[in-house]
Order: sequence, then C-alpha cells, then structure tokens
Amino acid sequence: MSKQDSGVLSPRQMAFRRFVSHRAAVVSCLIIGFLTIFVIFAPFTARYGVNQSVQGPPNSFLSPRANAWLGTDDIGRDLYSRLIYGVRVSLLIGLASAIISVTLGALVGSVAGFRGGKFDDIMMRVTDLFLAFPFLVTLLVVRNVLGALPWLRPITGDMSSVRFIIVLFGLFGWMGVARIVRGQVLSLKEREFVEAARAVGASRRYIIARHLLPNSVGPIMVALTFSVVGAIIGESTLAFFGYGPQAGDGATSLGILVGAAKGAVQTGFWWLAVFPCLMLIVIALSINFIGDALRDATDPRLDRGV
Amino acid sequence: MTDNVLEIRDLHVTFDTPSGPLEAVRGVDLDVASGELLGVVGESGSGKSVTFLATMGLLPARARVTGSVMLAGEQLIGASSKQLRSVRGRLLSMIFQDPLSALNPVHRIGDQISEMLRSHQNLSARDAQKRAVELLDIVGIPQPSDRARQYPHEFSGGMRQRVVIAIAIANNPKVLIADEPTTALDVTVQAQILEVIERVQERFGTAVVLITHDLGVIARVADRVNVMYAGRNVEQGTIDSLFDHPSHPYTRGLLASLPRPSKQRLKPITGFPPNMLNPPSGCAFHTRCEFAADICKGDLPNLVSFGDLETACVRARDLPKSESFA
Amino acid sequence: MSEDLLTVTNLVKNFELRVNNGARRKKRIVQAVTNVSFSVGKGQTLGLVGESGSGKTTVGRCILRLIEPTSGSVEFEGQDLGALKFEELRALRRKMQIVFQDPFASLDPKMTVGASISEPLTVQNVPGDHADKVIELLELVGLSADHAQRFPHEFSGGQRQRIGVARALALNPALIVLDEPVSALDVSIQAGVINLFEDLQSRLGMSYIFIAHDLSVVRHIADRVAVMYLGKIVEIGEQQAVYEHPTHPYTKALLSAVPLPDPKTERSRHRIMLEGDVPSPVNPPSGCRFRTRCWKAQDVCAQEEPMLTIRPSGQMSACHFPES
Repeated sequence: MSKQDSGVLSPRQMAFRRFVSHRAAVVSCLIIGFLTIFVIFAPFTARYGVNQSVQGPPNSFLSPRANAWLGTDDIGRDLYSRLIYGVRVSLLIGLASAIISVTLGALVGSVAGFRGGKFDDIMMRVTDLFLAFPFLVTLLVVRNVLGALPWLRPITGDMSSVRFIIVLFGLFGWMGVARIVRGQVLSLKEREFVEAARAVGASRRYIIARHLLPNSVGPIMVALTFSVVGAIIGESTLAFFGYGPQAGDGATSLGILVGAAKGAVQTGFWWLAVFPCLMLIVIALSINFIGDALRDATDPRLDRGV
Repeated sequence: MTDNVLEIRDLHVTFDTPSGPLEAVRGVDLDVASGELLGVVGESGSGKSVTFLATMGLLPARARVTGSVMLAGEQLIGASSKQLRSVRGRLLSMIFQDPLSALNPVHRIGDQISEMLRSHQNLSARDAQKRAVELLDIVGIPQPSDRARQYPHEFSGGMRQRVVIAIAIANNPKVLIADEPTTALDVTVQAQILEVIERVQERFGTAVVLITHDLGVIARVADRVNVMYAGRNVEQGTIDSLFDHPSHPYTRGLLASLPRPSKQRLKPITGFPPNMLNPPSGCAFHTRCEFAADICKGDLPNLVSFGDLETACVRARDLPKSESFA
Repeated sequence: MSEDLLTVTNLVKNFELRVNNGARRKKRIVQAVTNVSFSVGKGQTLGLVGESGSGKTTVGRCILRLIEPTSGSVEFEGQDLGALKFEELRALRRKMQIVFQDPFASLDPKMTVGASISEPLTVQNVPGDHADKVIELLELVGLSADHAQRFPHEFSGGQRQRIGVARALALNPALIVLDEPVSALDVSIQAGVINLFEDLQSRLGMSYIFIAHDLSVVRHIADRVAVMYLGKIVEIGEQQAVYEHPTHPYTKALLSAVPLPDPKTERSRHRIMLEGDVPSPVNPPSGCRFRTRCWKAQDVCAQEEPMLTIRPSGQMSACHFPES
C-alpha cells in the first residue's frame, strides 16, 4: 500500500493537470491551435490569393468593407487573406527555427553541462560572446555574413527566402537554450539518482539520454516556446527594416505586414497597422502564456509529491 | 499549582490543499508553565510544528485556525497583526532549524540584535548595541564586541544558532519556542546549543518549548514531555514518569524502536505515518497499534489522567505493564 | 590481510577550491581525506562515524570510485581499483553498490520504481527477463510486486529508502556502502530499515560500510568502527572496545555529546563539552588536527602528528595522550 491510494499518476499526467489549471494558457492553446489549423487550410480560409486584387481599380487603400473584411493594401490586395498567408509563413518560421535551435542548444548544453571542464568553458564563452552583442546588430551582421558565403546556399537558399530566415534564427537562437539546458544538467548531475547510475557503471551517453534529458524536458519545452516567440518577433523586426523574406511573387509574412504598418500610421489607413500588429500581439502573448504555464507545470520541485 | 504562561485550548488548524482540506492540528490542549522546559515530541504528520506556528500567528493566510491561545492573559487567535507584532519578540519568540535563513545576510549581527531590542524597548542606538554585545556574551560567543560587527556568513552553523537565540531572548520573552533547533547541527555542536538553552533558561526564567523528534534530546533537557501523533496529543507527563512507565502504545513504540547499548533487535512501529488528508478514525494510531480494539476506532480520545501521566489511550489500563526505558 | 574483502591504504582526496577574492584568484586545497586506511572483512560491517568535515562521505564515494582519489589504493577482492580500466571497473561495479541518504533525490522521478530497480541489470547487460528479479527484490525489502509500476512520488521516505536498497541489491553485490541511509527518516521508520539491513546481511552475507553521524545506530549495527575527524581516522577498532573504552579524546567527547534516550543516565553523566566549531579542512591544524579543541593539547601535539597506535583494549587511536 503506498501512501496515496489515488490512481497511478505518472509525472507526465501530474504536469498535464498542473498545466491545465492555468486558464490563460488553455485559452492560448485554443487560440494558437485554431490559428494554426486556420492558416494550414489557407487556400480555403482565405478569400483571395496572396497577390490578387480585390477588384478592378480603384482598389488601393480601401477601408474594411464587404468584399475586403480588413481592407486592402497599396495595390488593392485583401489584407485578410494576406494576413492568413502571412501568419502561416511566420508560424512556420517560428516553429522550424525553434526546433533547430532547441535541438542544437539541448545537445550542446547537455554535453557541456555534463562534461564540464574545458569543453564547458569554451562553449559558455562562445555563448556569452553572442549574447553580449545587441540583438538587432548581430542579427543583421550574421545575416549578411551567412548570405555572403556561397557554399551555404544549398542549405540556406537565397538570402531573401524563408529557408534562409529559418536557418538564421536556428543558428542564432541555440545559445540561450544551451545555457538553460546546461544549468538544468548541472543541477541534475549531482543528484543521487545520477550517482546511482554511475555506481552501476552506466556510460556518459546513457546517463544523458536516460536521466538528464528526460528530466530536462520541462526547461526544454519552455525554451522551445520562447524560441518560437523570439523567432516570430525577430522575423517581424527584420521585415520592419526591410530585410524580411521576399520572394517577389507577393508572398508575405506577418513581419512584412507589420512593417508596412510604418507608412500606414501617418497616412491614416489604420487597418493596415492595427490588424497585423494585433495579430502579432495575440500570437506572442498566447505563446508566452503557454510558456509560463509549461514552466510551472514542469517545476521539478513538484516531483517530490504532495 | 505553578501558573501557566501559555495555555492552548482546542486548537484546530486546517489547510486548503489542491487535494482537499488537510487538518494538521485536530484539537490540541497544551499548557506551558512559567520557567519550565516542555519537550514536544512527534514525527511527520504529528502537527507539532504547526501548533506553534499557529500560536505565533506565522501560518499563511489560507490556513484556518480556531481555538484559544492565551499568553500571559492575551488571546492570540484572531488577534490583529499589530497586536501579534507587539507580542512576538517581546513575550513570545521562536527559533527554527536553519539559522542561516533566519539571519539577514546583509546586516551585521550586532545590528540585527539591536533591531530586535529597539523594536520593543525604548533604547538609544548606543545602549542597544551595548546590550547586543552582552547578549552575545550570554550565549557564549567569544570576543562578542568584535563579532557583533561581523556578518552572518562569517559565523559557523553552531555560532549562528547562538546568535539566533540571542535575538530571540533579547527582550526577555516569557516563552521561547525552539523548533528542531539542533537537528541540522553536528552532535558536538548540538550539545553546546542545548547547554546554551539551559543556561538562558536558568538565567532569565524563560519557559522553553523544545520541539523535536529526538528522544535523547528530550531526555537530556526536558522537564515535561508532550507526545503528539496525527495532530493530537497522545501522552503527557514528567520526563521521568514518561520514560519509566509510558502508557500510550505510540510512546512505547517510539521508545522501543530506538537503538540501545544492549543491541537488542529493534522493534519498529509497523505501518506508515498517517495520511493527514484522511486520517484514521478515532485514535489515529489504531492502524499501527498491536493493542487496537473496536473501541479505538470510535470517538477521538482525549487526554485523561492515568497515574502520574495523562494519556489518550482508551485502553491504557488494559495494556500489559510496559518495560522501563528510564 | 588478503582474506579481507576490501582494503583501503593511505587514501587521500584533496579538492581544489577556486576562490575569487575580488581581483585575486586563490586556489585552495580542501584536504577532505588524508591517509585513511582500513579493511573490511566478508560479511562484516564497518561503521564510519564523524561530523561534518570529517570526510566520511568522501571516503565512501572514493571506494566506489564515484570520485577519483588523489592518491592511495583501494583493493577489492585483491584487485587494485586504481589500476583498472573503465571496462574492467565496470565489471567490478557489480560487486560494490551504494545506498544514499536522501530518499527523495536517490530515485529518478520520471522512472517507475521497477525501472529504477532494474536499471543496474540493464546497464550491466544482464540477460533474461528482469521483471521477475524486480519482484523478487521488492519482496525482499518488504514491498509488494504491484509497486513496480508506480512512481517514486507516491511513496513515503521509508519506502523510497527500501526501493533504493532493492536497487543496490539487484546485482548481488558483495559490498554495500550505506551513506547515512536512515538519517532522513522518521525515528519509528528507521528501526524497520535498520532491521532490514541486518536481515539482509544474515541472509545474503554481504559486507557493509555504514557511514553515519548517529552513533547509536552505528553501535547497533557495526562490528568495527572507525571514528573520523577532519579527514583522518582518529580511532578504529572493534565496536565494543571503541564505545566502552574510547581512547581518543575526540571519541570520548563525541560519545559524551550524544544524547541518550534515558533521563537518569543523561542527567547524571559527566559531559565533555568541546569548545568552538570544527575547523575548516582547508587549513587543518598542524600536527594533531584535533588539538585546537582538545583539553589535553600540549606543544608536542602541534609539532608532531600522532600515528595510529594499538591500545590495551585492542583498538588503535592516534593520540599522544590517549585516554585510558
């Protein structure tokens, strides 16, 4: 008989319950989930093509109306449809680059934390170096450097492509994750269950894979969500300054749409500024709420039991 | 009849937890006589710490406390924060297991003692500092005037605990509550701290409540003992009586489970500590008691006189005579 | 003696502390264990007692090679562990195991109890179905088979300790290092776990190194006892001799400080109070390390370090002016 005869609840189930008790996060999940599905089915949910004019001229800068729910832009394209396609691109960028940076970061962080010594020192100094530079400046510099290396083309694609941006953020964002994972590994490494595994003769690889990473899932997932947000906002920032993904065929991203808001504020075409920015805020806030709830849900101190 | 400086009557403390209400203290009556050293013994779930945290008013707001706690004529349950603040440190003090977290790392020791003095007494800064140095001397810190200018991290664990004691007795309180004050200390340091507590008691006539799970510590310093289990008292008496002829099966079980020089096989108490979310009915110990009968599962037993002890075992007179642990 | 299971000779472990004092960076050496030697026979229990800074926990970990000793030798079944390569050491690990103090940290919270217990079998590539062995071990430590699917957080401290013991037994070790195995448990639960250790030893015949600061518990279970202070063994011998006729002043003070659950003896006995706190192992006193707190200390104690010498009651102690 164990001390609590309630049903067998695995740590994962307990974490899930804790997550679900954060109402803001649950709402955010619904919002993001809904958005994702909505934009995946873009050809059906959008009303017009991404480069398609709403009607014959005059069609530019039309305020919201029946045939253009959120108004049109400078060349008559439906903002609503472009927003859908734009969010699709941005979510893709966010998710893909987050996966890359978290995978890289988790690997580097766990090995650095576990091995310690010189390897750890070097990795951490590299990390510190990158983190010390102002975000925007470094972003632009790295972008130009990456773009200038012809042998990277096959991986990254052209400098203005979406792929390039994904690779850029993937390579740019692993440092923060590495630090988080390293910290987690450092504290776990001294825990007695790791010593117990060593006492039985477990190899380093076994310990990292079987003990350290599973117990780091919490911080890793949190890092993942914040990486997604970081990438989406980063992409918007780039686009705002004109460095966003442009394929020339009218393809757009949330960042580009937000960037276009620059001019709209002065000229009074408020819909071009309000809707993209609102969308960005909603997405960023939602993901943040999810991240916060994840952090609470996976708090290792709660593994001790009630 | 010595007068009681602290009287607790029918204390109940309930916490609202995600798994439901948890009643940590389920009706405790306790008296502390002036100048005595009362040992409060119990294990996990006994409610020994919560009882005195409630007395001090140190429980979080979500804890529901009912009952009466009279300290030198003042009712503490339901008292305003202003009233509690005036009582704490002046009439009633508490020290805890970890001295490091009780001390502010960025203030000098002397200042921390002075602060305690000046918050309850009308002393000038200079007089307070002087008194602080005297207090450090009383608790046995060598070169007290030099050390008063040091910071907590410059003291070792045992020294810190002495400082904490000095702060606690600064205003000569009537009662000092010590919650596991030596559990985290090495055994030779523990001996020193117990000696400091005894010395302080002798000098100031302070009543001391020593909360611990260590029966050896109790045997060394306590005048009277109160044994708690699952949020209630189960036995009370003088130290010699309790060890010589314990009446409650839990007390007997505790004493029998301790290693002794004779190296007899230890007799553990079967079963597990009580789940306070859903404690057993009646006498909570019945699930682990070798003498349990149906009557034990009925009403909550109260302490009743039994010879020179007070016991909550309804079957006390039916039990075989206990071996003496004295 | 070659028939001993474990022989430790002149074990030394120094830790480097990098201290940043503002601009200066000083490297300080913590002499955690200095020239410790002892042996453990088959089926015997050696108690290792001491307070904080004594080095007893470090000794335990050095024996298992969880920490690399700075120098000295550890011989297990005649083999020098220091000379072994990783694979050979790994094979030997099956015979030496450890049970930790903290029941909450010693089990991976994300793994089921069954998985934790069978981990040694998995890591050591023991063939066959481990599920049966897990059940056997659970029952051996007084738990039941259906506990294997549960997670550590569902168990009490005492039960988790038993799970830790089950894990330590999985490979049928010849030696188990018990590192403060009952200190974190309630008093009434400690007795059950101590009895379990005794029963297992009489059934399975393994040796124990029982590391603890609770002298009463060590007295109960140990055949021989070594008392450590600031990284050195100050007294070592048969349990009865050490407890009843202690010859080293520190042993005497230690025994005197332990509160016994017996009011009459407690109040009547003469207590030796030590002054001050344990000095830092970074700068241990010269000569005899205990001299700064010893009431018998004289000049020679600072100049010359006392060696372990055999005493009339049979044990050995390191003191220029031993108690009689």
